[in-house]
This record gives sequence, C-alpha cells and structure tokens, in this order.
Amino acid sequence: MVEEIVKRELVVPGDLLDAPDLKAGVGTFREDGKIYAALLGIKSERAGYVNIVPLGGKYIPRPGDAVIGNIVDIGPSHWLLEINSPYPAPLHTNEVPWRVEYGDTAHYLDVKDVCLTKVLSVDETKRVQLTMKEHGLRKLNGGQIVEISHSKVPRVIGKKGSMISLIKGFTKCRMFVGQNGRIWIDGEVDDIFNAIRVIKKIEDEAQVMGLTESVASMLEEIYGPSRVE
Amino acid sequence: MGGVIPELTRNHIHRLASAGKRADSRAPDEFRPLKIEKDFVKSAEGSARVHLGKTDVLVGIKMNQGEPYPDTPNKGVLITSAELIPMASPKFESGPPRENAIELARVVDRGIRETETVDMEKLCVEPGEKVWLMFLDLHILDYDGNLFDACSFGALGALTNTVVPASRFNGEDFKLEVEHYPVSITSVKIGSSIFQDPSLDEEMVADARLTVAIDENGNITAMQKGLSGSFTFDEVERVIELARIRGNEIRETIKG
Amino acid sequence: MELEKPLLDENKRRIDGRAVDELRPIKIEAGVLNRADGSAYLEWGENKVLAAVYGPREAHPRHRQDPTRALVQCRYNMAAFSVSDRKRPGPDRRSVEISKVISEAFSFVVFREQFPRTSVDIFIEVLQAEAGTRCAGLTAASVALADAGIPMRDLVVSCATGKADGELILDPGKEEDNRGQADMPLAVVPRTEDIVLLQMDGHLTQEELKKAMRMSIDACKEIYVIQKDALRKRYAVTTEEPVEVQETIDTQIKEE
Repeated sequence: MVEEIVKRELVVPGDLLDAPDLKAGVGTFREDGKIYAALLGIKSERAGYVNIVPLGGKYIPRPGDAVIGNIVDIGPSHWLLEINSPYPAPLHTNEVPWRVEYGDTAHYLDVKDVCLTKVLSVDETKRVQLTMKEHGLRKLNGGQIVEISHSKVPRVIGKKGSMISLIKGFTKCRMFVGQNGRIWIDGEVDDIFNAIRVIKKIEDEAQVMGLTESVASMLEEIYGPSRVE
Repeated sequence: MGGVIPELTRNHIHRLASAGKRADSRAPDEFRPLKIEKDFVKSAEGSARVHLGKTDVLVGIKMNQGEPYPDTPNKGVLITSAELIPMASPKFESGPPRENAIELARVVDRGIRETETVDMEKLCVEPGEKVWLMFLDLHILDYDGNLFDACSFGALGALTNTVVPASRFNGEDFKLEVEHYPVSITSVKIGSSIFQDPSLDEEMVADARLTVAIDENGNITAMQKGLSGSFTFDEVERVIELARIRGNEIRETIKG
Repeated sequence: MELEKPLLDENKRRIDGRAVDELRPIKIEAGVLNRADGSAYLEWGENKVLAAVYGPREAHPRHRQDPTRALVQCRYNMAAFSVSDRKRPGPDRRSVEISKVISEAFSFVVFREQFPRTSVDIFIEVLQAEAGTRCAGLTAASVALADAGIPMRDLVVSCATGKADGELILDPGKEEDNRGQADMPLAVVPRTEDIVLLQMDGHLTQEELKKAMRMSIDACKEIYVIQKDALRKRYAVTTEEPVEVQETIDTQIKEE
C-alpha cells in the first residue's frame, strides 16, 4: 500500500501564508490583502481555501459533531453538559427521547452522568444546543472515559474508521469517540487497559508515519494475530 | 481539591480497586516516576523542584534574622507556607490560602519540625535576641495528585542544599546540616484497597487518606488522616509498614 | 564609601561582558505543564519564568462576562523565593499593575470576538528574578497562548532598553537596573511593529527615547525567532498530511 506523503508546513500565529489565488479559511485572517495564520497548526489547502488545522487548543463545537459530555448542572427543563469546549452546553427536555415533565429532569439524567450527544446548533454568539434524540445517543453506563486532544480524534478513528475498527477487533471493547476528544471504552478490565494504551500511543505518535502498522503490531503482540477478523 | 468526577469514572476506579488494580496500571504500592532537581532557584538559600508523575512543585527556602519565640529563645524559627496558585489547576483560585493550602503547609511543616531534621539550636545567633528565620515556601506548579508527598520531598530536598546567608550579616555563610531524613508517604483507601501515591482521579474518589512521615530509624514523626472515610486499626498498621519500606527507597533518591 | 565599579568600561563593555546592544542568553520551551491548556518555560539571563494559559473558558464571575468578546486576564506573580529578600506571597501594587499592562498588550493581538462571554487566563510565575521579569513573563506568555491554540494576529515580544553611564543599553541586568538612569520596557507585535506595552522611568532625551525604542524593537525581532523555534520544536516530527476524516458517530453507532 502506498500512502501519499505530503510535506506538512507547521505555522505559528502571524506567519504569512503563501497562498496565491486562495481564500482565507479557518484559522487564518486577511490583512492588507495578504493571508496570515492565526493559529499554531498545519497549513492545509482545500477547495480554494487555505486553512490551519490546529494542533492544540480547546474543542470548538460544530453542528453535527458527536460529543461526550458530563452533566454538571441541572434545571427544571434542561441539563447542562461540560463538553471540553469553552462553553457549557445545555440539553433541553424537548431534545431527549423521553417525555419529561417540567421539574422532573433529575429522574432521567443526573449530575455526574456521562452522555453521548450531538451538537444540534451553534448560534452566532456561540451558544450551543445539544440533542439526544437520534438513534444511539444515550447515557453511557459502565466503562471508562479517556481524554485526548480533540485534534488527534481523526487519527484515533483513522481513514474510513480503520483505526478504531482495528482496536475494537482486537480488544473486543465497545467504544465511542467523541469529536471533543473524549473516548468511551467498555469491556473486560484488561482489554480496557490495552485499548487505553493503544489510544495513548496514537495520541503520542499521531504525526508519525506508518502508525496503523505499528498499532497493529502492538495489538498483535498483546493478543496474537488470531484475533484479526 | 479536585471538583466533580463523573459517576462512571468513580465506578471504574472502584471496580479496578476491588481487584487490587489501578487505572494507570501501577501496583498498589508503586509510586509514579520521581525526579528531583536540587538547587533549581539561585535566588533561594536552598531549593528543589519535584516531578512526581505529572505533579510538579517547587520548594524554596529563604532565610533572614529576627527575634525568636519567647518560649524557644535559643532556637531558629521555621515558617512554612503553601500557595495553590491558579496555574496548577483550573480548580485553584487566586487569593489568600484556604484550608487545603493551610493543611498542606502544616503537614509538611510537622514532618520536618518534629524529626528535628535541622537542629534549630544551630540557627541561634544571640539567645533571646536574634535567631535565623527559615521561610519554607511550597509553590505548586502542576497538580496531578499527592501534593503532600511531592511537597515534603521538595522540602527535604531543599534543606539538603541550603546555605545559611550569614555573610549578609557580617558572618560567614555555612551549609545547613540535615540531621534526619523524614520521608512522607501518602496512601489512600478505595473500597477495601490501599494505594500509595494517589493520582488525581484516585484522590477524588478515595474514601480516606493517610500521610505518614517516617525517619531513617523507622520512627514515625508526623501523620495526617484526611477525607470522610475511615481506616481500621489493622489498615493503619499496614499503611505504616508499607510507608516505612517505600520511604527507605525514596530517602535515597532525595539524598541522591 | 567604596567607589562603585562603572557600568561601562572604556571599551563600552558592560559589567557582565555584554556589548551595549547585546541580549542576555534566552531559552524557551513550549508545552511544559500538564493541566494548563498551554504553557511555556523561559530562561532569560538569570530569570526563570513559567507561563500557563487556561481558556477560552466561561468567564467568572458572570457579571464580568462581555457578551461580544473574550476577556484577556493576566496574573503576574513572583514566588516568595524568587528575589534576594523574601517576597510576601500574594499580589502587591506592583504585580497588579504589571498584570494589567500585560493583559492589555495581549488584548490587542487575541481575536477576542471569536469567543464571546469567555476569558483567556494567563498566569505568569516568576521563579527566579534578575531584572526584566515583566518582559520575560510576557514573552513566555505569548508562547503559552499559541501553545493553547488561542487565535492571534501574531506573537507579542517584549524587551527593555535602559541607560547606564550616559549610554543606552539593551536588556538591562540587575546592577544596571538598580544603578542606571533609565529603564524602558516595551512590547511589540513584530510583524507590524505595533507597540502594545510601553513604560519608562528615569531620564531620556527625545533623541535617546527614539533610539531606545528602535533598539528594543530590533531585539524583540531576534527573540521572536526563539519563540517560533520553541513552538515548532514542540510539534516537530516528520510526517504526513493530517487525515481529515469527517467520520460521524453514525458509523460508530451502526457498528455497535
């Protein structure tokens, strides 16, 4: 298998982006007709825009993102979730799969519960709304949560979900990866340990070439090659 | 000192604990990697930076001359303070020390004072008139659990490289002599398991905590039980014995 | 009285051997703390400074929130043992003032309108002080902000110029600061030369002031290179184009 290797350009805030004929995209700004980086990250050109893919920083919610949230507060008609972003996000009673009477919220979800939700909307003032109405969104019971930088999430998932399938296949764990860098893992204690080790390796070596292969051989070392399906 | 921890994480740590396991796969009596950088701060009379896993503290000693306490006219004075600065954790706030910082400073202080780590009589300049005041400041830079031990290792480490600045008072600088090496070992109880050197998550779900300072002769010189749970008589005995064993090892690292 | 050694010798060399327009050695490392969202450690001559950034996060107390943009709040603090005479812990008038002017300097470059109602909190801890700690703190904080992923127009850099024995001297050291005739800390946005912090005390002619500003700005551009190197070094690994999988949860749920 030949992967196309492109030399990545690491930029810091204030760097001039050599991007003739491109429009200023995410993580950039325009000044005196030139485009500059506003963020520490990797320069990426896509569909006529030059963007900066951030290497760190807080998760910024986007509609449609799946996020794992911790309930930190509760009101008569909503729950407040902490989703690793600058803003706490409310989940209203009309966005859950149950009919909840006013003031009856604590019967369904309580403070310290962990939920798999989706970002429903983000308005211009960055107010976030969550939903739990779609199929599969729910309160998470059991298992463990691991946190990684949200910028490493695509690596943990892999191309077409290849990385995450690999980990699930070997460890037999159930997993959900939230776009906000929270990962839920459930299974046998030792399998959870192994899954966490693998995820930490991916986080540490996210930029290294041939990551899928080295993760596969790490898992094979633990489980033997037979577990691959 | 932590904040809220999700129920799921609490349950996971308890489930592991019931099998004698820990979330970071350490053995129950295993410390995180310990690194001590002595003499980190040149403006201090003595200092040590301690990395205990991802916990990071800097301890500095400043000395000055002043009046002794009336009841100990021929002894120097030790003043220990801790600052839980907001750099170290999103849960720490600016402002005067609150109860957690005060407890931390007092526990570290006791471990040193009661062992007579330093012979305070050697810090007398003129009995009843002038003695050395020794300010021990605990500066927390990154909080990932077990500040008690990190700070007490730092305090001892700082004492071992302290030079008394007597030349500022027309004397001659001299090296502070460390007579005893009390080492503080903190254990927590989670369910029925006992773990040494609690991580931040373990600290947040622990039922009870016990800090024991033991010197090189096996004498216990300071203790502090914390949190709302309890220990049985036998558990206390076990915690102390394990602390003695681990303490011997860590003492050598601090002397290093 | 003993005659003080002149600050400049006949060849215009300074007491530490530097030329009049020469910086002290500077070293920066990015991403040194675990809990903070971004951090940096800086050594500048004998100064040792840590900077941490938290945020953007919900601003507290609520009434301080700005519905249109983020607050940039800095807390500059000196460790008790960072200076030769122990400093009492906690803010004093000097540190409050420095915190204010640094907050204002960063407010200019941070794209604040991207994060309404939040605060970006900058914590600067001076662990060992020589002279020029505000410049060192600001320069470190700038790297910590970029490390935290805060969107900015540019990094900010700071350096002072002073005057000793009638000559302008770049980046005054401790002796020069104490005995010199002027001190002028300045912070600049290197790309545009926007001056975002400027303080002065002492005596300078208009001509000298102009020259001093130019000296500081030129030095800031040198330091800018060190800042950028520190950030690049933190993430330097050879590498592939980042995978931009827009994998949603649906596939994950389907696979369940």
